[in-house]
Amino acid sequence: MNKVQVSTSINGEEVEFLCEPQQTLLEVLRETLDKTGTKEGCSTGDCGACSVLLDDRLVCSCLVLGVEAQGSEISTIEGMAGSEGLHPIQQKFLEHAALQCGICTPGLIVATKALLDKNPNPDEETIRYWLAGNLCRCTGYDKIVRAVQDAAKELAHPA
Amino acid sequence: MAEAVDYKVIGTSPVRPDGVDKVTGRAQYGADMNLPNMIYGKVLRSPHAHARIKSVDLSKALAMPGVYAAVSGADFPQAQHGEIGGEGGGDVADLAKNIMARDKVLYHGHAVAAVAARSVQLAEAALEAIDVSYEPLPPVLDLDAAMAVDATLLDENCFTKNLPEKPDKPSNIAAVMQLARGDVEAGFADADVIVEGEYRIPMAHQGYIEPHACTASVNEGGQATVWCCTQGHFEFRAMASKVLNMNIADLKFIASEIGGGFGGKTVLYLEPLAILLSQKSHRPVKMTMTREEVFRATGPTSGTHCKVKVGAKKDGTLTAATAWLAYEAGAFAGAPMGPGAMSIFAPYRLDNFHIEALDVLVNKPKVAAYRAPGAPQSMHAMECALDDLARELGMDPIDLRMKNAAEEGTQAPYGPKFPAIGFKACLEAAKQHPHYTRPIPEGAGRGVAAGFWFNVGMQSSAEVHINENGTVTVVEGNPDIGGSRASMCLMAAETLGVTYEQVRTLIGDTESTGFSNVTGGSRTTFATGMAVVQACEDIIAQCKARAAATWGVDEDQVEWEDGQAVPAPGVNADVKPLSLADIAANAARTGGPLLGRASLNAQGAGASFAVNIADVKVDRDTGKVDVLSYTAIQDAGKAIHPAYVEGQMQGGAAQGIGWALNEEYIFNTDGVMENAGFLDYRIPVASDLPMIDTQIIEVPNPSHPYGVRGVGETPIVAPLAVIANAVRAATGLRINDLPFSPPRVLEALDNA
Repeated sequence: MNKVQVSTSINGEEVEFLCEPQQTLLEVLRETLDKTGTKEGCSTGDCGACSVLLDDRLVCSCLVLGVEAQGSEISTIEGMAGSEGLHPIQQKFLEHAALQCGICTPGLIVATKALLDKNPNPDEETIRYWLAGNLCRCTGYDKIVRAVQDAAKELAHPA
Repeated sequence: MAEAVDYKVIGTSPVRPDGVDKVTGRAQYGADMNLPNMIYGKVLRSPHAHARIKSVDLSKALAMPGVYAAVSGADFPQAQHGEIGGEGGGDVADLAKNIMARDKVLYHGHAVAAVAARSVQLAEAALEAIDVSYEPLPPVLDLDAAMAVDATLLDENCFTKNLPEKPDKPSNIAAVMQLARGDVEAGFADADVIVEGEYRIPMAHQGYIEPHACTASVNEGGQATVWCCTQGHFEFRAMASKVLNMNIADLKFIASEIGGGFGGKTVLYLEPLAILLSQKSHRPVKMTMTREEVFRATGPTSGTHCKVKVGAKKDGTLTAATAWLAYEAGAFAGAPMGPGAMSIFAPYRLDNFHIEALDVLVNKPKVAAYRAPGAPQSMHAMECALDDLARELGMDPIDLRMKNAAEEGTQAPYGPKFPAIGFKACLEAAKQHPHYTRPIPEGAGRGVAAGFWFNVGMQSSAEVHINENGTVTVVEGNPDIGGSRASMCLMAAETLGVTYEQVRTLIGDTESTGFSNVTGGSRTTFATGMAVVQACEDIIAQCKARAAATWGVDEDQVEWEDGQAVPAPGVNADVKPLSLADIAANAARTGGPLLGRASLNAQGAGASFAVNIADVKVDRDTGKVDVLSYTAIQDAGKAIHPAYVEGQMQGGAAQGIGWALNEEYIFNTDGVMENAGFLDYRIPVASDLPMIDTQIIEVPNPSHPYGVRGVGETPIVAPLAVIANAVRAATGLRINDLPFSPPRVLEALDNA
């Protein structure tokens, strides 16, 4: 099979990779680029564990082909924390015990960032509908919603 | 109730020690292990729900370039019968045949062969090159069909167990169980009111978000290392050794982080296949299930058919009850009918009862443990019947339960007398809860129900190392599925008298710490926590001895206070207290590194009771049920880390609500599951649920040093009946079969 050369940007770094035409962005991230922070829960776009931002748009990376990443900017969970430490969303997920097993957490944090970038002050209903594409089986979502609310507050008025 | 104890760190909710890795994507889960030279394994699965395997030909697959190994049932040692202990237990031969079919396939998706190849795509292509010849048999797809006199048999050697005499003919009923006390007939004769109900609940899946995954590497000396997501790597090692006839000493299991389990990851599926493929290919082999495989071939819980009859006096006193409980086992025996039978009447004082439970083979996936296995189904029946009874008696449903509530000294239906339990405290809290006292919203209905789970103890080991600077490393063997590292750190810090931040807990692999049973049965904080506390007490004893030697006094003249050795009151020694850090710094001169340890088979796991309340609204045009508000009240004994206890209660409520409203396995007439994906098997999403209010009750468990009861399983028990009772209140209709999906509710509304 002929592999395709793809040039893209991941978390602000130029990245080149070879992938087969049918490989998903999720497979490329996890298996080719060793970025295993993005999780696979279903590979059918139903669970959101593989959420990444593709040119600032929230997508399931299992529904994007690796070749579609050509010339784009991708943000994954690995790019969320910086030299200043954890992103406030990450910090609030920890403080609110918004994770139990943690497998859905990277996807939820990426999805939350996409929400708060668009809408810095979402109400509970908006949060619940925005995150409806990210399945969590452990928490019942209560503490996740509270973490997102608190993160929104923190981002608006840093302590 | 025992007096409240002031703890320094227990009862606080600090950030978990493994948290940063889990919010940054660093934490390694089952599918995150990649090794040099690694190849990929995939499984060929049966297209039939029931068939005889005539032949399996791997040769064409093996001839493909890039395919390194292939195996089928013939590559496994002869399956030996024998018990496997623990929550993921059962018969070894059944386990082996579930992992890889031998002469028969017993459900659609049953593993028939496996290959390992350079890439997943190539492995999938190789599966298509495997020739399997089947002789299809009629599938047995529900309890009624399975128990029919002329039913097709799944296993010609299945003779119903636990009957007074071995039956003369085989059947699909693998086992029966009876529990009885008193005189049921007299009890019903005494009753002023009798209610009866019959309830069916289809199979449902645990629905953990992480699919099963493992990587196995077998060296040329025959030693295997396996990384996998599991609720118990020690039990996985034991099972793999039996299935593959390998020496336990040649198997090393390393538990990755685990992306949910709920009982479903107490069972071995992929690991023996990966080991065999690695052995044959001389390469590390990674295997990951697709979501579809997870649904078709792993862990659902039993579909059930339950009948219950309850009698009571006018004042609400229960006089008698009977239950008939049929559980689908799936392809092999081992449905959770035992705990289902033992739990159904457990919250109540009941002098006269009879319970019969059945373990029934059907051509569906072999069931696995799912959070309080068996109890949600059976207790759904009882809690719905009590709701009907309360209505007939004109009694408040909480008052009816309070009138009959089990308490300390009540003999449980399954034998022992309860020690201190918190059921009445939960009922009292529910009665006074603002959710219960406020008006029911216009057009809505309110339901309540009780939940119960036994909880287990079992075996655990722990070591505590004091580092050179006095910080503490706890090593134990239970995969952390919901924050248990934090609980261990809290209990160690409390016992030693140090801060939470000074303690780290890690999960050892099978070669680096002592045996522990699975993270299951709500046992980890209770049993492994107890081992951690005892290992810390071992450290304290050693520290006191070293302080005594340093000071030149007797050991009994030293006490341990606030993390330091001090002279006992009245001891005339002009010495400075020695902290853990002081003693650690001087360890080389006082006997070497400080290592505390404990191992135990924990006894006295305290039962945990719950009462839940829900308000629901039913859309009469669509049949959709909306949960407006939900409150879970549960006895935790002592909440070590309250936020994670609340999390268990909220998560269990959400799972139970999903089970009540939408989740079900839908099979076609060929026994093929038609909704094997998260789009069609609909677990609750954020927009389906309200905030889930919690109230933790603390009636300490006398058998645990800090009063802990397990809390993980009880939360899923009450929600099924809570929702059903709330829908009953909202619509006036008792709908007997779950789930209350819009079409079913609409049908009930239309027929009313």
